[in-house]
Amino acid sequence: MSDQYDARKLLALACIWAALLLAPYWMPPLGGYTALGTRVLVLGLAAMSLNFLLGFTGVLSFGHAAYFGLGAYGAGLSLKFLAASSPLALLMGMLLGGVAGALLGTLIVRRRGVYFAMVTIAFGQVFYYIAFQWSSLTGGDDGLRGFSRQPLDFGLFKIDILSNADYFYYFVLFCFALIVAIMSFILRSPFGRTMLAIRENERRARFLGIAIERHIWIVFTLSCFFIGFAGALYALLNNFADPRGLHYSQSGDFVMMAVMGGMRSFWGPLLGAAVFVVLQDYLSSVTVNWMSFVGLLFVLVVLFFPRGLLGMVGRKLAS
Amino acid sequence: MLQLLLFNVTNGLIIGAFYVLMALGLSLILNLSNVINFAHGGFLVVGGYIAYTITPYVGFWGALLIAPPLTAIIGLLVERVLIRPLYGRDPLYSLLLTFGLAFIFEDGTRFIWGAQGKPVTVPAVLAQPLSYEFFFITGYRLFMVAMVVVAVAVLFVLLRYTRLGIRIRAGTLDLETVSALGVNVRTLRSLNFAVGIFLAGLSGVLAAGQLGLEPTMGSGLLMPSFIAIIVGGVGSLTGTLLGGLLIGVASGITAVFLPAASEAIMYVLMAVVLLIRPRGLLGEEGMMT
Repeated sequence: MSDQYDARKLLALACIWAALLLAPYWMPPLGGYTALGTRVLVLGLAAMSLNFLLGFTGVLSFGHAAYFGLGAYGAGLSLKFLAASSPLALLMGMLLGGVAGALLGTLIVRRRGVYFAMVTIAFGQVFYYIAFQWSSLTGGDDGLRGFSRQPLDFGLFKIDILSNADYFYYFVLFCFALIVAIMSFILRSPFGRTMLAIRENERRARFLGIAIERHIWIVFTLSCFFIGFAGALYALLNNFADPRGLHYSQSGDFVMMAVMGGMRSFWGPLLGAAVFVVLQDYLSSVTVNWMSFVGLLFVLVVLFFPRGLLGMVGRKLAS
Repeated sequence: MLQLLLFNVTNGLIIGAFYVLMALGLSLILNLSNVINFAHGGFLVVGGYIAYTITPYVGFWGALLIAPPLTAIIGLLVERVLIRPLYGRDPLYSLLLTFGLAFIFEDGTRFIWGAQGKPVTVPAVLAQPLSYEFFFITGYRLFMVAMVVVAVAVLFVLLRYTRLGIRIRAGTLDLETVSALGVNVRTLRSLNFAVGIFLAGLSGVLAAGQLGLEPTMGSGLLMPSFIAIIVGGVGSLTGTLLGGLLIGVASGITAVFLPAASEAIMYVLMAVVLLIRPRGLLGEEGMMT
């Protein structure tokens, strides 16, 4: 039974990676374009980073867009004022998002449950206001412009990720794979098992002597680093950082992606992001009232598909 | 200088009174049902637009009387159909659902009433400034504050002296026991939700007279209400009252010295409270989880 299960798991993994690797080839015939695939990948990474906290530790953050947006601004500012280097921009973006998360995390982990969510939302908005008000640095409402991602320079040869969309897709996929590998490594470690223990029964975990607050803080910080990295990639993708990327409605979108795909599965949020991005892309091209439809999607998913797409599939397979 | 300070403190108090009305409704629903009602701002906007629509027929006073109960009825329907199925589940789901509802409300009001802001005329009696020297204290502003005071007083009397209120307070502490004592918890939650939405509708009508109406105004008022609840202490309505006034006055005073930071000061206040008193000013120890 367990062998069969493992084989099935390996097969699924192979399918996922094959689909991701070949995306620039199968997407255009289906009516997509490579940049859409890159967007799915970046937002999927963001949703997976959030789910690292939400799905595996059971702590609801509704303000993760702040750290995503900080990553984007960090990357943009680094390209604009520091040096014309894409890897440096990614690093700076990740650091900005992660360090902000680590600092605020010390305040946030003092609360739990719904109140944790409220505090994360409120603190998330701080950065939205800063980006909005400090227009001399951030461009205010118009967003940060005037930078573009730079070709990767390896000394001997260059990879032009700026003008070739496919190259950029593979660069993003490489970054994605890196973070995903780190996440799955952590989840397999004893630390990851502890995360699950906290999710399943916080009180019992506390009685076992686990320092709950410290663990949640570490997971929160890690997930802020990951999502900051995703934000930096997003800035490179658009050559633009948008204050609305910091707003709590963006956080809501990330939570929705995770829930829609299946919070309890590792790959669920990526699937959720794919569905969400494609649907939003389509809806906003056919109707001006797309906001109502997105809202309706939230309502319907919550009422009828709370386990998400992969959750439902998993249940079918189990029965 | 003194007049400017006075002006901004008064302004802050008025805005604070407003946050209080919003936050009390949110707080009621949060305490009893563990639901963060993201659509609260949406209900406020709906209340305002209902008032705008019926004003030509019933006048401002009629609208003030009719719009809040109508909003509460919409709230009751939403609770019955959409939120009730989610009570036993992770609070994440009600949060996401009301978040989606907020989208629908905003887009819906834009669809029905248009994206352009709508002015709401208040009766001439209220529009006059009271004195030349204190030009900023118009009759309407005083009236708003008076309405908030009355609403808060009625709410606290309701919670302290009526059967419904006592049950709501008991349910906040231990809903299971209240249920075991034979109280219909479902009805209790519905009524409590309706009371909260009534307050949102009332704030909507009052806001319409002061600020005019816009489909997006709800989300702008939501965040300060969250902060009022966190600062005041979750689980304590008196705390919410205090929190709302405090952040209103704080942002009013900051507006004198550093206008750009008048919004940020609320967050600073919240950070300070969380740092030195994580449960909030009047929050109780057992309520913090």
